Amino acid sequence: MSAASAVLAAAAAAENDTSHQTLTIVLFSVFVAATLGITIWASRQNQTAADYYAGGRSFSGVQNGLAIGGDYMSAASFLGIAGTIAIYGYDGFLYSIGFLVAWLVALLLVAELMRNTGKFTMADVLSFRMRQRPVRTAAALSTVVVSIFYLLAQMVGAGTLVSLLLGLNTPAAKNLTIVAVGVLMIVYVVFGGMKGTTWVQIVKAVMLITGAAIMTFWVLAKFGFNLSSLLGAARDNSGKEGFLSPGLYYGKEGATTWATLISKLDFISLALALVLGTAGLPHILIRFYTVPDSKTARKSVNWAIGIIGLFYLMTLVIGFGAAALLTQKAITDRNPAGNTAAPQLAEALGGQGTGMGAVMLSIIAAVAFATILAVVAGLTLASSSSLAHDFYANVIRKGKATDAEEVKVGRISAVVIGAISIALAIPAQSLNVAFLVALAFAIAASANLPSILLSLFWKRFNTRGATWGIYGGLGSALFLLLFSPVVSGKPVNPATGKSTSLFSNPAIDFHWFPLDNPGLVSIPLGFFFAWLGTVTSKELDKAKWAEMEVRALTGVGAEKAVKH
Amino acid sequence: MASTPTAADDAAVADWEEVQDSPEFGRLRHALRSFVFPMTIAFLSWYFLYVLMCAFARDFMDTKLFGNINVALVFGLLQFVSTFTIAIWYSRYANRKMDPLAKNLREKLEGGTG
Repeated sequence: MSAASAVLAAAAAAENDTSHQTLTIVLFSVFVAATLGITIWASRQNQTAADYYAGGRSFSGVQNGLAIGGDYMSAASFLGIAGTIAIYGYDGFLYSIGFLVAWLVALLLVAELMRNTGKFTMADVLSFRMRQRPVRTAAALSTVVVSIFYLLAQMVGAGTLVSLLLGLNTPAAKNLTIVAVGVLMIVYVVFGGMKGTTWVQIVKAVMLITGAAIMTFWVLAKFGFNLSSLLGAARDNSGKEGFLSPGLYYGKEGATTWATLISKLDFISLALALVLGTAGLPHILIRFYTVPDSKTARKSVNWAIGIIGLFYLMTLVIGFGAAALLTQKAITDRNPAGNTAAPQLAEALGGQGTGMGAVMLSIIAAVAFATILAVVAGLTLASSSSLAHDFYANVIRKGKATDAEEVKVGRISAVVIGAISIALAIPAQSLNVAFLVALAFAIAASANLPSILLSLFWKRFNTRGATWGIYGGLGSALFLLLFSPVVSGKPVNPATGKSTSLFSNPAIDFHWFPLDNPGLVSIPLGFFFAWLGTVTSKELDKAKWAEMEVRALTGVGAEKAVKH
Repeated sequence: MASTPTAADDAAVADWEEVQDSPEFGRLRHALRSFVFPMTIAFLSWYFLYVLMCAFARDFMDTKLFGNINVALVFGLLQFVSTFTIAIWYSRYANRKMDPLAKNLREKLEGGTG
């Protein structure tokens, strides 16, 4: 290609960029306006603490199922999984499978029993038969830590996305996006509470599913609805041997037997964190409180499994579609991790450089922004509820705070959490987004899941068991992370001369724990500490255990829907 | 719980331990645990079989079945199928076996205290 035609092509691309950018901004503004409308409507309905924290417990199974999907299908899973499949083929699919199977843990062991025993937060269940203050303090801490990790991932993702899709590459534009996302999520949560936030999730879930369905249908139509020929085209176009089999990204064969083993163990560690993390994520757990009873909680998880499963099947087609229809260079030039493969595919489907291409790109970009906004709102609500209900009302005020005071503190906490995550997200922009999400899952599985399961099923479990389980799991996950290759000591990237660790200076290397994901060690440690704490303490409140088990299984005296 | 008296406190059951020890409650607990515990072990084993094969049995996973569809893809899709199946299976089981027992007990307990 001559220099002149290259310049012409670049100019045409730039012109096209502006048209889709305007359209993206318009579509996104419509979403923001609609969700703010919902928030104002919801704020008029928020009267009691149950309204603010649990949406009045009046959502139906389908509504809550969609909202769970809205909370769960983050931008990391839409853009991240599709992008990973587009670049590494089959291995991107492994993420989806872990994320989906995880829902069976929530369905079979957690959802209904939690709905029957708790009110507003995860700690309601953990502290049911324990001493309130130590257990609630521990649970509030781990709720905030898990949620902030997850929040950071989403906000950093928002910054990256805006720069990639709107062509705003300056640090100021990224920072401004993060601040704007942060302010919007605070508004949703402070004014809309759980009711407003749930509706934002529902709208977003419908948009995301619709957008993904259009792309999936379009991709399949291009290949005559023949999955095999789509896969073949993806493999051939990617030019990568083994594109359709596991092993290009996770558990790679290393130079030595040891390196191979570590890489495979790291993959298993990730798989464990994914499958056990979901049922320990506070923002997911509090969704079970928004329905009238345990039967509806069960129904909503079933809907969520259907919606999330369908969505991941569509990302499989979208990812392989991107590999088949775009060149690898086109994908990695925009973003080395492939995070923009899905929007780029949308443009290619509509026709690169045509009006239709611009429309498709704008729609998918607006959906991705909406996704981020909805997820961050859910996370902010979970952590601010825990600060207000667990830490303020039950630890500081020892259960003497009124509903109104609790809600007021909840709103203040939402502002504080929002401000903290804005402040942390700005310097965290160099971190890998999908990775932060995986870490949040690992921490949730290590710190929260052992205590949740044991408090629901083990008679002997007690205060020391719960606190040691939470602090032990949280502490070991964070400790191992600090000394892992994530923080220091990853090999130097020859192109940049920098390490891909958090400390990019290759001279700084204090890692000794070989795995990126701490789950394989920290999850068993979480269970071990929970057990050890329990057996070294004599506390056993048989009457409270009887009350908890009877309530959990029968739903007797469980909180009903709020009637206005 | 600790903070506000609510609907939960309406159910002032005199002796929770007596209820917990009753044969009806025993049947409910058995109905729950005899389904969810074995099923959890089953789906986790099935999932980790898949994960371990992805890590250590790549030649097998690479086997072509028809066209470009290989064992790895079918095994992955089967994880979706098994997840959907277990979710539906559990709901039908819970509706049939657990809900009537729970409803009976709940009505007895809530009715008994007014």
